[in-house]
Amino acid sequence: MAKNDLLGGSLWDQYSNKVTTLMNNPHNQGEITQEECDAAGHTLIVADFGAESCGDAVRLYWEVDPASDTIVNSKFKSFGCGTAIASSDMMAELCIGKTVQQAVKITNIDVEMSLRDTPETPAVPPQKMHCSVMAYDVIKKAAGLYLGVDEASFEDEIIVCECARVSLGTLREVIRLNDLKTIEQVTDYTKAGGFCKSCIKPGGHEAREYYLVDILADVRHEMDVEKMQASADAGTHGDFETMTLVQKIKAIDAAIDESVRQFLIMDGGNVEIIDVKDSPDYIDIYIRYLGACNGCASSSTGTLYAIEATLKEKLSSKIRVLPI
Amino acid sequence: MQVYLDNNATTMVDPAVTEAMIPYFSEIYGNPNSLHKFGTASHPAITKAINQMYKGIGASDKDDIIFTSCATEANNWVLKSVWIDKILHSDKNHIVTTEIEHPSVLSTCRFLEDQGVKVTYLPVNDQGIVEAHTVKAFITEKTALVSIMWANNETGMIFPIKEIGEICREKGVLFHTDGVQAVGKIPVNMEEVHVDFMSMSAHKFHGPKGIGALYIKNSQHLTPLLHGGEHMGGRRSGTLNVPYIVGMGQALEMATTNMEEKISMIAAKRNRLEDALLGALEDVMVVGDRANRTPNTILISIRGVEGEGMLWDLNNALIGASTGSACASESLEANTVMLAIGADNELAHTGIRLSLSRFTTDEEIDYVIERFESAVKRLRAISSSYAIVQPTAGGATLACHIHH
Repeated sequence: MAKNDLLGGSLWDQYSNKVTTLMNNPHNQGEITQEECDAAGHTLIVADFGAESCGDAVRLYWEVDPASDTIVNSKFKSFGCGTAIASSDMMAELCIGKTVQQAVKITNIDVEMSLRDTPETPAVPPQKMHCSVMAYDVIKKAAGLYLGVDEASFEDEIIVCECARVSLGTLREVIRLNDLKTIEQVTDYTKAGGFCKSCIKPGGHEAREYYLVDILADVRHEMDVEKMQASADAGTHGDFETMTLVQKIKAIDAAIDESVRQFLIMDGGNVEIIDVKDSPDYIDIYIRYLGACNGCASSSTGTLYAIEATLKEKLSSKIRVLPI
Repeated sequence: MQVYLDNNATTMVDPAVTEAMIPYFSEIYGNPNSLHKFGTASHPAITKAINQMYKGIGASDKDDIIFTSCATEANNWVLKSVWIDKILHSDKNHIVTTEIEHPSVLSTCRFLEDQGVKVTYLPVNDQGIVEAHTVKAFITEKTALVSIMWANNETGMIFPIKEIGEICREKGVLFHTDGVQAVGKIPVNMEEVHVDFMSMSAHKFHGPKGIGALYIKNSQHLTPLLHGGEHMGGRRSGTLNVPYIVGMGQALEMATTNMEEKISMIAAKRNRLEDALLGALEDVMVVGDRANRTPNTILISIRGVEGEGMLWDLNNALIGASTGSACASESLEANTVMLAIGADNELAHTGIRLSLSRFTTDEEIDYVIERFESAVKRLRAISSSYAIVQPTAGGATLACHIHH
């Protein structure tokens, strides 16, 4: 929310010219009859998606040449707002000339992209993306009817973002590979959540089974657990920098035991580890001298250098030792 | 020709109102609270506006009418201050309202729920109104306030304010009514009803935007929403908006002078439009009995034609109307009034509201009848609801996949 959001802006002004033109004059509006198809030896497929009571409904007609599975003609009827009519028209247009198998690959984004005036500017504002672009669902249904298979068979994976058709598998993989930490990053990398935004978190335009916030949290949690397990497996012998705090303290103690502590004890002193703080450049180890070491002249010079040099050599070059 | 039929959203400022306001911008601009003559020069005009307001709604001299920035402020004021006065500082904890109030009431009630107040949202009947006995049934000894609109913005349906007021008086519960859609449209006489608080807005009756008022019966206590320089007797601080106060008074006087005559003129045009549409089009319905509706409003549902699509075609014909269609709203939530009426889900997506004003002409009505019919014809030709070829076996929609 800032200056540009103060006046909501006109919904209709955000439609592309193509949307406006097709709304006013849809090219593929109409019906294909059984008689027409019979005359040409073609197959008629008619599929509905949505209903008047849902607020949007589209009926898709395909005239398919059974010899090649090619959609030779496609028309639509639609109960819906302007963008629903325009997107249904574009959907029918995109179907014409494709085989049924190719048509199943048409996504809602393909329809939206085809309605853009310029490649960078969305054809409809985000909140209209959801309610008016229903291409994929009705195409899938029509293809299922033609091929005599369950439409669910086209879904080999769970789709989290319907607008951009991004699957759960893709999202999990991209978050992991790129070490993504925020929803904005997820949207930048995958386009998921960039359109109607319903899949980002509960409470959007449409209730979803999966939400990006949950997926991100789950994957991050898994990654953290894996990281901890890897550290645990490596124990105090693994890479010092990736160790957990407890492991680091154990490793430091072990290193000090091995080479420094005996000399301190001989002089009537000792040292204890107070804290370990990680920063990108350093690992700061806070120590406290005990007994005779406390206040001893070399505790801030020679002894300190010896401890730091030992730990640097044995554990990590990023170590700094700081007495308190 | 262009026709504005969205007068329940806002109205044109009557040029006579603008004219009355003009001197109070650059000629008589003093602060009415100042002691010098620049300040006091505005007093006669403010006094006149106050008198116009009291006369316009039949308020008694013992009552207060406090000018506010808008009706949203007035609604917020009543709800939040009753919460402070009667709920935070007493043992009451309950507010009764309806499902179809204006967002300035509903959102404030939801805010108060977050603060721990119990709110009952009464349902409406198939006429789109809440019946008095329903209100009675939900008032408990914990109820601090009943807030129910006088007339609804979407349907124009008029609520039984007199009966509800009597019930609240019997039960000893404060009664607030959002009078925004009633004042200036239908006779409103505070002497004849028992109402503790009533919100009003000037721009719904050909006054300017940015000015409203709250009627307070018997000048009773209500903690201020805006504290400050003790304007309007300390009830609502903020330098008096002199030109807009003048405009509101003038607009209310004009709306309520010879009101019966004005009502019958608007109703005649509205009825002609409604009859023409109902006569010419199949599968259409209008919500609510005419006799109990504000005289300027039609809410018509057109089967097979989605509301925003219809609005688009009307806009292409230079006709401004309104829809409660889910698709047209930012939130995509189905229209609360339509859903509350419960007639059918379809209604929530196919309703078009036409709201006239005293400036609507017969020529405009003729034009709208013609263009409305052609828009319905075009959209029904595209509509799947009117398609002839039926889906391939297995291709019909079994359930609504879209969750609005």
